[in-house]
Amino acid sequence: MANARRLILAHFALAFAAFFLALLLGEWQMIVRSPWHAWLDNPELYYRSVTAHGSAMAYVFPTLLAMGFGYAITVTSLGQPLIGLRFAWLAFYLVLIGAVVAMVPVALGQASVLYTFYPPLIANAFYYIGIVLVVVGSWIWVGLLLINERAWRREHPKTPLPLPMFANLAGAYLWAWTAIGAALEILFQILPVALGFKTTIDAGLARVLFSWTLHAIVYFWLMPAYIAYYTIIPRAIGGRLYSDTMARASFALFLVFAMPIGIHHLFADPMVGSGLKMMHTIFTAMVVVPTLLTIFTIAASVELAARVRGGRGALGWLKALPWDNPAMLAIAFSFIMLGLGGAGGLINMSYQLDSTVHNTQWITGHFHLIFGGAIVIMYFVIAYDMWPQLTGRPLGSLSLVRTQLWLWFIGMLVLTLPWHWAGLLGMPRRMAYYDYAHPDIAPEAWTVLMSVLGGAVLVASGLLFIYILASVFRRAPQEIPAYRYSEPLHALTAVPKALDGLGIWFALMVALTLVNYGFPIWQLAHIRTTSVPAVFVGGRQ
Amino acid sequence: MKQLGWWGVIVTFVLVFAGGFVSYFWLPSAQLNGPRSAFEAFCIALGVPQAAPPSTIVVDVAPPSDVILTHNLLQPSTPQDIGHGATLAIRCTPCHGPTGISFADSPNLAGQYAATIYKQLRDFKSGVRSNAIMNPVAQALSDTQMQQIAAYYASRVRPVESRVAADPPAIVKWGAPMRNIAPCGSCHGSEDHSAASPWLSGEPAAYLRAQLYAFASGARTNDINGQMRAMVRGMTPTEIDWAALYFAGSTGAP
Repeated sequence: MANARRLILAHFALAFAAFFLALLLGEWQMIVRSPWHAWLDNPELYYRSVTAHGSAMAYVFPTLLAMGFGYAITVTSLGQPLIGLRFAWLAFYLVLIGAVVAMVPVALGQASVLYTFYPPLIANAFYYIGIVLVVVGSWIWVGLLLINERAWRREHPKTPLPLPMFANLAGAYLWAWTAIGAALEILFQILPVALGFKTTIDAGLARVLFSWTLHAIVYFWLMPAYIAYYTIIPRAIGGRLYSDTMARASFALFLVFAMPIGIHHLFADPMVGSGLKMMHTIFTAMVVVPTLLTIFTIAASVELAARVRGGRGALGWLKALPWDNPAMLAIAFSFIMLGLGGAGGLINMSYQLDSTVHNTQWITGHFHLIFGGAIVIMYFVIAYDMWPQLTGRPLGSLSLVRTQLWLWFIGMLVLTLPWHWAGLLGMPRRMAYYDYAHPDIAPEAWTVLMSVLGGAVLVASGLLFIYILASVFRRAPQEIPAYRYSEPLHALTAVPKALDGLGIWFALMVALTLVNYGFPIWQLAHIRTTSVPAVFVGGRQ
Repeated sequence: MKQLGWWGVIVTFVLVFAGGFVSYFWLPSAQLNGPRSAFEAFCIALGVPQAAPPSTIVVDVAPPSDVILTHNLLQPSTPQDIGHGATLAIRCTPCHGPTGISFADSPNLAGQYAATIYKQLRDFKSGVRSNAIMNPVAQALSDTQMQQIAAYYASRVRPVESRVAADPPAIVKWGAPMRNIAPCGSCHGSEDHSAASPWLSGEPAAYLRAQLYAFASGARTNDINGQMRAMVRGMTPTEIDWAALYFAGSTGAP
């Protein structure tokens, strides 16, 4: 990791700085809309904060983490120095500059459009330009991973690609393809309006293009967490990975089925036909396959670790697990949150059932539980696992780490479970304030209070996380053993050809994108009467 | 295992065709009162625009007013317009005051938007807005004269705001979101201004209250999209009082 250590550290540091600032904004939002605070005089402040929170948490934080972790995997799993270090720094600075350029108009109230853009709302052009810079930076990362893979394959023509790198590339391919939707939306729909060349926008087409990105981006966030499931957890708890092939199959299937499903975000939008929505429901359901493959494989790997430690019986082995190991705690928390969030997700993805929860607080609860809970807790594991490698210093007290993970788990459940309930009762999302004096609203006020409390616990956990990472620098440098990934149960001799590279799966993803997105995009681009006047935010007329 | 890639392709194709059959043919044709043919079902399911069925609802309501206000309705006024307007406005002074500031609970006109005054005169002339004094006055005016009067009053200085910096009441600041009532301030000046809405600060409370009740009861109908009627119908008498007192500049409102 020698030549890329500072690079990876910079990515992680910036990622967690953005994460912590956005976390504080999230808690502020919870407080100002609760019964403990008077109504905001200017609700725009709330949406300004939501935009900053969403943009930092959805674009800056996971992209930087995936990039940093991706470089780390490249150098450690391939066992070669990073090729293209200078371009990697260029990509990092593009992301950094992009984040600043996007956040300035947000802070000035010129871009309160939320991170999903919502055309015909149009923000200051610099907000979109900043996002484009972030994406361009991440595309350089994709290119570098491919170059490093090619170089390694030239040196090792007979050896199968190591699993961590295979999964890493699946994430990179997924991101390269899925970011195109939002890029097309920004470049051809939004920027011409934001720069003043046009005053109308085809909001329907723009939203379809964004949905191209919107669901698969979630799987891009998820990839580092899944890589940690397969390649960090079994080793960290003293076990072995149950099946290397199953792991590769899961990543390949995620690549195929993450993409052609985004229209489930548009179930309530009129410009998409109901048959298309049904198709996207069917393909969303297919995501269950790689998810369950993962749950069974990881559960089997964990059971292996328990049996090695003398665990007995059908369920008795659970007691033999190393529960004082933070990685063990984290995987248990992550699976519980993934289970709850996944069950909720089955409702969102069903074309009919979705109508009861669409645009309610249920949705906010769902994506915070999955991303903020199941995924981000694995980001913590990645950071804790990599930190000694990156800093050359050991991690301090493990009990602090366990406390941090417990707080995150409890905070996230306290935050999101009441949201699910409130959503079932019909509470809309994206509300700057509620009229608690109204007799229909008053009984739901407790759910908003719970979100303040849950958010406070999350802030405490976030503070502790930053403290644990920062306090490492007070210790003296030590000799740190070389980084290792999980070993499969059966030593890897050969890998099916289709699972040594991702070519065929990438081709299937592109083909399914054409099948499931080709017609609506073609049609909306050709109907001339679908444009609507743009609505400029931030006082521009 | 050697053929894994091919199996992936085959399973994906089967999924596309089976899913496509369910989504584009089976489910759409199974709908009650659904499409007449499989092809029509396919087109509807894909989202191809269809002609709307002929409507049986007959809309036969005369528009409440034929004046639609936009930001650039009136040409910029010249000093001559303002001068003519000042002469014409002599007939307005008994009620609206010699400088456009009323001492008789009639609306203040000094500094009011020209488009607002012009629209009200037009509506008084056509009878869409009724008032025993204003209807005959407006009937005597030509279109040009109305524009000149509007230009004159718009050029006057607004009454000095006498309000002690009191916090606006909730109805002005926030409206009532649960009753779909927008904040008064979002159109009428204190936070923003929209094209058709008059400047309200300093208007007499009695006049404002009377107009709010007239909108609420449906006696006044010249808000072209019914926007004021829709807002006021849901307001409580207390909220009407607060809004009127607040804009009148009283500090009596909470």
